[in-house]
Formats: sequence, structure tokens, C-alpha cells
Amino acid sequence: MKNMALLDEIAPFDVLDVRRDFPVLARVVHGKPLTYLDNGASAQRPNAVIDAVDDYERRHHANIHRGVHTLSQEATALYEGARDRLVRFINARSRHELIFVRGTTEAINLVAQSYARPLLQAGDEVLITHLEHHANIVPWQILCGQTGARLVVAPMDERGEIHAEAVEALMGPRTRLFACAHVSNALGTVLPIRRLVAAAKSRGIATLIDGAQAVPHMAVDVQELDCDFYAFSGHKLFGPTGIGVLYGREALLERMPPWQGGGDMILAVSFEGTIYNSLPYKFEAGTPNISGTIGLGAAIDYLQSLDLHGARAHEHSLLDHATHTLSAIDGLRIIGTAGDKASLISFVVEGVHPHDLGTILDEDGIAIRTGHHCAMPVMEFFNVPATARASFAFYNTIEEVDRLAAAVARARAIFA
Amino acid sequence: MELNELYRDVILDHNRRPRNFGPLEAADASAEGFNPMCGDRLTLRLKLAGDRIEDIRFEGQGCAISTASASLMTEAVKGKTRAEALRLFGRVHGLLTDDAALGEDLGKLAALSGVREFPARVKCASLCWHTLSSALQSPASSTSPAVSTE
Repeated sequence: MKNMALLDEIAPFDVLDVRRDFPVLARVVHGKPLTYLDNGASAQRPNAVIDAVDDYERRHHANIHRGVHTLSQEATALYEGARDRLVRFINARSRHELIFVRGTTEAINLVAQSYARPLLQAGDEVLITHLEHHANIVPWQILCGQTGARLVVAPMDERGEIHAEAVEALMGPRTRLFACAHVSNALGTVLPIRRLVAAAKSRGIATLIDGAQAVPHMAVDVQELDCDFYAFSGHKLFGPTGIGVLYGREALLERMPPWQGGGDMILAVSFEGTIYNSLPYKFEAGTPNISGTIGLGAAIDYLQSLDLHGARAHEHSLLDHATHTLSAIDGLRIIGTAGDKASLISFVVEGVHPHDLGTILDEDGIAIRTGHHCAMPVMEFFNVPATARASFAFYNTIEEVDRLAAAVARARAIFA
Repeated sequence: MELNELYRDVILDHNRRPRNFGPLEAADASAEGFNPMCGDRLTLRLKLAGDRIEDIRFEGQGCAISTASASLMTEAVKGKTRAEALRLFGRVHGLLTDDAALGEDLGKLAALSGVREFPARVKCASLCWHTLSSALQSPASSTSPAVSTE
């Protein structure tokens, strides 16, 4: 009976229905219907998120965790309610393991400074891969500068794949931490995370997964992945900007010193010393992004109201269609041809610089990302200054992919 | 905003066949321009006869706007004095950014006026001019950091 009720509630995925939930998708840009294919940079928000933030701002705003008055209690309940949703969303063991941060970048910096910095000694190693976003490179470079540790980079092949054997070969006696993307933002490659985490764990190496590009496209279960840390951003998951999540294994978070000091992360302060608050508050100094957190909670509710299985299947059909249609364009080269890819596609077109392509597509109302995608080592590997990247969400349509392909062909004609 | 205002025939032609493109032996001055976000990169080399730009060539890779702008610039400043070249820079800058600026008597450089309607692309067209200004003002220092308009 219960299952039947669930089936009744969740309608089979219908892209045109879902599009109506996202008001911005009705926009017209340069006289053309908006074709938003820059979801990898930031996804759009459904009404559910916009309304939740609006309702909070209009009716419930107050500071959290510190007032006995009604509004403060309401705001606290909404904020902590969002944490509960996120705990369930990634299947963390408890609320203690879910830290709210500004985004993936802040989460990685927190782990670098609070977990790794006290642990690392000169000669130790931090292992990453060649396809990382700058946010999963630079915090480790800073850490290495502070500790005398060495940054080791696992290789990528010409399809943009990371092979577990090649990574495992670099996991040595001095490797203290392995950090990698779950999905490459520049190439779409899905990394073999379970195997990589298991290999690290068997060698006593801590693991951090940058999940910014994964959570919008696939179910993530941190207990099943068995990683020590997992980071992602709200705005790529149809939530607001300025809010993200760091998942951490409780035993590790317990041992870590606070990263920032301030209000909310303390139990008692005197000039002789301070008693820190318990998890997760130890890592949430200062008044947080309350409205953003509530918006992210609403995004999770929204996602769970969808037929996500159908949504994922639709995304894959978008990727397959884009791969097929774009490949047919003369002079177009897809950058990143891994066997397992999330729904984004990077490409270059002979004779048309990605920047010119971006401008020409914009005139057709098509939003794509052009540039190095904060992954300059990836661009260097493929010997391109930049790529054009179309990144899809479940609300994109096959017709939009066709519009993209037609506009690319038109750009090629201009420069022929 | 019309694409054919941005990608005029002159621009497309100079992108396809950039003039004064390649190395320059025994240059007296040089400078690098680099916009890391979009990947436009150029090296500008000059041969000076006293105060006059006797020869100028560029190398690098970039979008059509940055390539064509650099190509047009080399044609326009060859034979000019330092001061004349910098004055021309001021006029081109006005053409790219100021609604009131007219391209009259700027010759082929006026083809860049379409860029003004595409604010995200002004940095592409102006990169070579800022690089030229750097090369002219500190011709001796080959170690200066790359010029950027981002």
C-alpha cells in the first residue's frame, strides 16, 4: 500500500512539465527562447526554491540558534530542517557529519587547513588527478607550501579517463590524502570513485571527493562510497549560491580543530580559554547563509518530488543526442570521450575560437560556457587554449540540443 | 545587436589572414599580452628607428576579435612615432567603449566599432593595444609580467 501511494505521488518524468517549474526557462534572449546549457557553471532554480527563500525573507527571518523569540525559533527550525534533508539526501550517518559552508571551494579549503595541515609533515604527499578543477588543486598547493608536503598528480589518458591502476601506483607510504573529482567539470568524465576510495582506504590514506558536478546528475550515498570527506555546492543543485556542504566522517571531524573562530562555534568563552561547540556547529562560525540553506533544503525537497530515475535517463538521452549530433559537424572535435560521462560535452571547432562561438550562440539565445573551465592543466593536456562546453540539466530538451548544433554549424559558416 | 556588425568582413579577413604575423628578428622592444580567462595570448615585437616604429609583428593565438584587432593595429601603427601610436590607442579605446566616439578617419580600424555592442568582447579587441602601450613605454624590460585586459 505504501509503495502504491508513493507511485501515485511521483509522476513519470515529463520534461515539458518540469520546465514549467523553472520560471527563467520561459525567458527570451535576443528575441530567441533561452536555451540554457550552462548548468555545469550554475543551474537554474525552481519555483519551490524561489518561494521558500521568499517566504523565509518575508515571514521568518531572524538570527538562528540564539533567540527565544518566535521568529528566531522558526528560522532555526527551517535552517536545521534543511540540514536534516541534506543528511538524508547523501545518506550521512548523522547531523554531526554535515557542515554548511559557502560552497565546494570552501569545503576543500576547510579540509586542507583543518584536517590536513596539522597532520602533514615535510616529505608527505597529497595525491590528486590531472583533471581537477582549480578548487581541488590550489588549496593543496597552499597546504604543501605551508607544510613542505609534495603534490603528486595522477595521469589522465587521451580520452580524459583516470585509470585506477595509475592512481594506485602513486599511492605510496608517504601519501596522506587523496583528493579527486567525482565528475570532471571540464570533460564530464565520471571517475571510478568506489575503487579509488577503497584503494586509498586499504593503504590508510584519507579521501576527499569533489562532488560539485556529481550531485546534480547521480545519487550519492557517502556511506556506500566510504569516503572521508565529500564536498558539493548548492547552486549547481538547483539551490541558491553561497551555500554548500562538507560531509565528513564524524571521527575525523571530532579530531579536527576549528577552522574559523567566532560566534556559534563556541559553548563558552573567557579570556583564559574557550570551549568549542559540538559538531556540526564547531565548523560553522558566525551567522550563516540562512536563506541560502533554506533554499537548498527546498531544492532537495523538489528533487525528491521528481521521478529522478526518469530524469537521469532523460539526461543521458540528451548527452547521447548531443554527442551524435555535434560529432557530425565537420571540424568539430569533442574534448573528453570517456566511456562513463555525466551530461556535459566539451568541444572545439576548427577555425572558430570558443570565445567567438560563445558570442554567436548567445545571439541565438543559447548560453554555453567558453574558456578554460578553471581547469587549465586539462586545457594544456589537450593542447587547446579553451573549449566550448554545453552542460545539460534534466530540464533541457532534445530540441535545444538541435538548436545548439544548428548554431554551431552557423558559426562555422561565418568563419569558413 | 547584429552579429554581422561584430564580425564584419574586414575582421573576418584579418582573422583568416593576419597581417604582420610571425617572429621579428632583432626586435628593440617586445611585450606579452595574456587574458587567462579566455586564453587569448599574443607576443608583440617592434623595431624602432629613433622614436619611430619601423616594423612591428605579432604572434600568438586568440579569438577572431583579438587576432583581427592585433593585425589591424600592426598595419595602423607601422611608421608612426611613439606619441602618434599612443594617441591612436586613445582613439581606438574611445571607439571600443564610448558611444559618442566615431570611427571617421580611423580607416580600417573603424571596423572594430561593432565590438562596443558586445561588452564582454571589448577586452579581446583592446588586449593588443594595451600590450603595445607596454612595449612602447618600457622597451628595455623584457621581464615585465604579461599585460591583461581581464
